Amino acid sequence: MSIQTELIALPPRAPSRFASLRLGDFPLIPALILGGIAFVAIFANLLAPHDPEIGSLAARFRPPVWQTGGSSQYLLGTDQLGRDVLSRLIFGARVSMVVGFTAVIFSGIVGTTLGILSGYLGGWVDQVIMRLTDTWLALPALTFAIFLAAIVGPSMWNIVLILGITYWTRYARVTRGEVLSLKEREFVRLAIVAGCSKFTIMRRHILPNILNTAIVLGTLELGVVIIAEATLSFLGVGVPPPEPAWGLMLSDGKQSLMVGRWWLSVLPGVCIMLMVLSANILGDWLRVKLDPQLRQL
Amino acid sequence: MKQYIGKRVGYCLLSLFLLSVTIFFFVRVTGDPATLLVEPGASQADMDAIRHQFGLDRPLWTQYGIFIASLAHGDLGQSFYYRTPVLELYLSRLPNSLYLAAVAMFLSLLIGIPTGVLASVRVGRFWDNAGKMFTLLGLSLPSFWVGLVLILVFSVYLGWLPSSGAGTPLHLIMPAFALGWYFAAAHMRLTRSSMLEVLGSEYVKLARLKGLPQSLVIAKHAFKNALIPVLTLAGINLVIMVNVAIVVEVVFAWPGIGRLLYEGISFRDFPVVQGVVLMGGAMLVIVNLVVDILYAVIDPRIRLGS
Repeated sequence: MSIQTELIALPPRAPSRFASLRLGDFPLIPALILGGIAFVAIFANLLAPHDPEIGSLAARFRPPVWQTGGSSQYLLGTDQLGRDVLSRLIFGARVSMVVGFTAVIFSGIVGTTLGILSGYLGGWVDQVIMRLTDTWLALPALTFAIFLAAIVGPSMWNIVLILGITYWTRYARVTRGEVLSLKEREFVRLAIVAGCSKFTIMRRHILPNILNTAIVLGTLELGVVIIAEATLSFLGVGVPPPEPAWGLMLSDGKQSLMVGRWWLSVLPGVCIMLMVLSANILGDWLRVKLDPQLRQL
Repeated sequence: MKQYIGKRVGYCLLSLFLLSVTIFFFVRVTGDPATLLVEPGASQADMDAIRHQFGLDRPLWTQYGIFIASLAHGDLGQSFYYRTPVLELYLSRLPNSLYLAAVAMFLSLLIGIPTGVLASVRVGRFWDNAGKMFTLLGLSLPSFWVGLVLILVFSVYLGWLPSSGAGTPLHLIMPAFALGWYFAAAHMRLTRSSMLEVLGSEYVKLARLKGLPQSLVIAKHAFKNALIPVLTLAGINLVIMVNVAIVVEVVFAWPGIGRLLYEGISFRDFPVVQGVVLMGGAMLVIVNLVVDILYAVIDPRIRLGS
């Protein structure tokens, strides 16, 4: 009996958006890694010991400092043009961060907008948008991105655009589903009765309610987008040289790999892995915490 | 049922139409294909001649009509670089890609299914957590980097395996592993969740009530049914593998269609790029259609629900 009364006596807690963000199992290490990469990306100019794009040919293929032949001047060695690998990795963090975040935000805006329009307006708008989404989903995303990049030519902002228009489908799908249930809720009906225009309802009443979901999806998509950028750069249709992108460094280092110059391709790969792994773990954690509906995803 | 299939086929045709329109117009809108065809610095007269020769001076819709009509005849155009029909090139490379994908698929199932079963039987314990780590790593490591590290270890340092090319089964091991790695993670995840679902079902409970040993319940009753969605996914993944193998094929110089696409990009051989992407998209659209129909045949809820 006493147990039952205790259960009933529990005070109702006001649910706030971040109420469920208990910090107990917060993935601290991934957050620190991602924060560290962001810090390095922002202060790249101050942190990098050398110019990432200009090397001295006299100092080509120096190994990292702990190997024989390495010098403390180039902590992580130099590449085929004598450029400092550490400085290139530091500036590469900037490229990955900028491309990753802007592409995720851009695709998020495209996908969420289409999802809201599709879910709220319904009818033929819904049909058109969903058929488009289905088609896009049926395309091999990476191949399509490579195709687009090959036509429009390499540049960092082209990559952002291409990744944006390639990876929006997931947002559109999930957002539409949420909007479909949201628009039956009372506050939306009240807004209709109060005479709000459709646009106002979508912007003021629907959008704030799906932001959580969009943020979770965005975090999960960050890893996908960063790998896609690295892949495009690796294939030579991404960020153009001499810009220090990690994917580009990997592909430059491929020749030297055969003669054992491991640092040129292993190190950028480790950077990509750390960043993507951290983003995925954080995204997973956010998903479980912020959005119970996405737990099955 | 007929209505459902009709609807699905309709969507599939629509997808194919949108695919062709997208590819066709992206090429024309984002740049003049004629500039891709001539040497840089060609005269205006040369450009005009090229434009006329390839029909690029006609209205866009006429061009699209011609494009579709030749597609219907199985004509994907002529490669600029190889001077042979694109379809011929594509088909000559396809067996290599399928071979690689099949071996990679075998490896990924060999790794993914047992680890998935183990994880589902030991939820929340060591094997489950190890499986989770493995899945995360699988999703976070770019396959080309896995490939390069494999080359470094097994070709450069140990000298056990050839670093690139094709020919012997030895050539296949590393590319198949680099390609299968990511999919092994996906298969593991699905096996785990599918096993968990089946293990919670009534007939498994009954089997346990009958007093069957745990190993028999899992191996005979649960596993077989849990395998259905995994094998379906594997079917779709095989097609996806053929189309995402591009980076792995480039790293290992494997002569498949991914490598063909890469060559097309490097040589600015536009018809090849267009053809490979078009074929890849069409393959995926059709596989999705087949899976949709198969599901509807198996499960009446799907065809009646939508």
